[in-house]
Amino acid sequence: MTSEKTKKRLFSFSRKQLCIPYAVFLILFVIFPLLLIIYYAFTAKDGSFTFSNFVWFFTNPTPIKNLFSSMLMGLIITALCLFIGYPVAYVLSRLKSHRRTILLLLFIMPMWINFVLRAMAMKELLSFVGIFGKHDYLSVVIGMVYDYLPFMILPLYTTLIKMDKSLEEAAADLGASKAKVFTSVTLPLSAAGIASGITMVFLPSMTCYVISKTYSNGKIAIIGDLIELWFGSGGNWHYGSVIALVLLVIMFLCTLLTGGFSGQGNARETVL
Amino acid sequence: MKRFISVIIVFIALAFIYAPIVFLFIYSFTPEKVMGIWGGFSLEAYGNLFSVKVLREMIVNTVVLAVLAAALSTVLGTLGAIGIYYNKKWLGKFTKSASQIPVINAEIVTAISLMLVFAFISMGRSYGALLIGHIVLCTPFVVLSVLPKLKQLDPSLYEAALDLGATPAYALFKVVIPEILPGIFAGFMLAITLSLDDFMVTTYTRPSGFDTISTYVYAAIKKPRNAYLVELRALSSLIFIILVAVVCFMNFKSSSKIKKEQIIRKKKI
Repeated sequence: MTSEKTKKRLFSFSRKQLCIPYAVFLILFVIFPLLLIIYYAFTAKDGSFTFSNFVWFFTNPTPIKNLFSSMLMGLIITALCLFIGYPVAYVLSRLKSHRRTILLLLFIMPMWINFVLRAMAMKELLSFVGIFGKHDYLSVVIGMVYDYLPFMILPLYTTLIKMDKSLEEAAADLGASKAKVFTSVTLPLSAAGIASGITMVFLPSMTCYVISKTYSNGKIAIIGDLIELWFGSGGNWHYGSVIALVLLVIMFLCTLLTGGFSGQGNARETVL
Repeated sequence: MKRFISVIIVFIALAFIYAPIVFLFIYSFTPEKVMGIWGGFSLEAYGNLFSVKVLREMIVNTVVLAVLAAALSTVLGTLGAIGIYYNKKWLGKFTKSASQIPVINAEIVTAISLMLVFAFISMGRSYGALLIGHIVLCTPFVVLSVLPKLKQLDPSLYEAALDLGATPAYALFKVVIPEILPGIFAGFMLAITLSLDDFMVTTYTRPSGFDTISTYVYAAIKKPRNAYLVELRALSSLIFIILVAVVCFMNFKSSSKIKKEQIIRKKKI
């Protein structure tokens, strides 16, 4: 009896401790790095405590303007992805099952091609059509929507497919018009998917400079470009860290607004 | 009418997604660098992918890094997920929340925070730093794919194994791991795709002169003049062909499995 007890204590002990290596890894390479960003944001080059980096960021017109134009870019991309992605996800979720699997695969497959290669593909097509080089902003918008659209479609699709269809039928039976069924049943029930789609698209589209830089020949700069600039050669890590900190705050607000900490309906997860 | 609109919506979306890929595919068979000019049929670009040293190196670098990072992330993430699931106290909760940070954080912030750490511990930009960076990116997704499988696991199986005299480690490997294997495999595959796709972390942690597909292609689109553009078209076409082949194979396998099951069911009836 006693030996069984010690054995039981031992097993509960060992299983629970299995997350220690990962916990240590996270502290070293996720938590500590973020603390370093905070440290750099609040110090000067000689290591003394200062607010001057924040003063620089919030009183200079360039970074603030850049922040707002990046947010605008993020909003435009997110809105376009939502308006294109929702109808697609909706139609997909209502198809018969065998057709649905094939079509869904057709939408997922391009996600597995390297994202910079996909960016190159769209850029070459845009220059062939004659948009690239003439309309910078339009080029960047098309390029970003092209790269991020699958990340919007997938979480929307997963929530729509899991949704209880009988609720819509009930609403229709009780006399609601088709539009009414959509706005007061379907749309609210797919809110979780919309939220995770937004988190998947908004932050990357205001920070990932790969497309904005290459599609506009460097003329359109988003907040990611500023970070790249300050962390590049001859930069200032303290200024760069302030920008990173601002982005961390935005990320935190986004997750608060969308309840993203649950990690539910994540597009990357839905892929497999 | 409703059906018609649905077809149109799906068709336009697919056309938008596939137009660049098809276009690239067509113009990968001609040596002309400028898109839209047909300079005769040639498979030269496909050959160059393997014979030109820089191109071959960046492809090999990308694949080796992805496999290494995915393997290590899968071990770390599987152990982490088991720990998180059974540890209901602060340590489990802490690990679970901290693991979500790289998932929701902007990739560039993760990337520069890692750069700061590696500068701090004077590891600088090195292969080790690059590998750790990729593990940071991939492991949370392994955890996310293993956790649901642990929830489905019947807890009495493990306890039965212990009651029958298995040591905890033995029970873990013989009972728990086999049951969650599909989740571990899905996590591994996901980790590979994430590592293959990464640009930001690679840019800020890689040793100088080291290129993956992402960083190489980025440099090529920035300065297209003396880049191997046609070869890159060939590369993306090749990746797509491999994808289609894999998907077809998996579909064929699963559909033949379904058919077999149907036949068995019919026989029973």
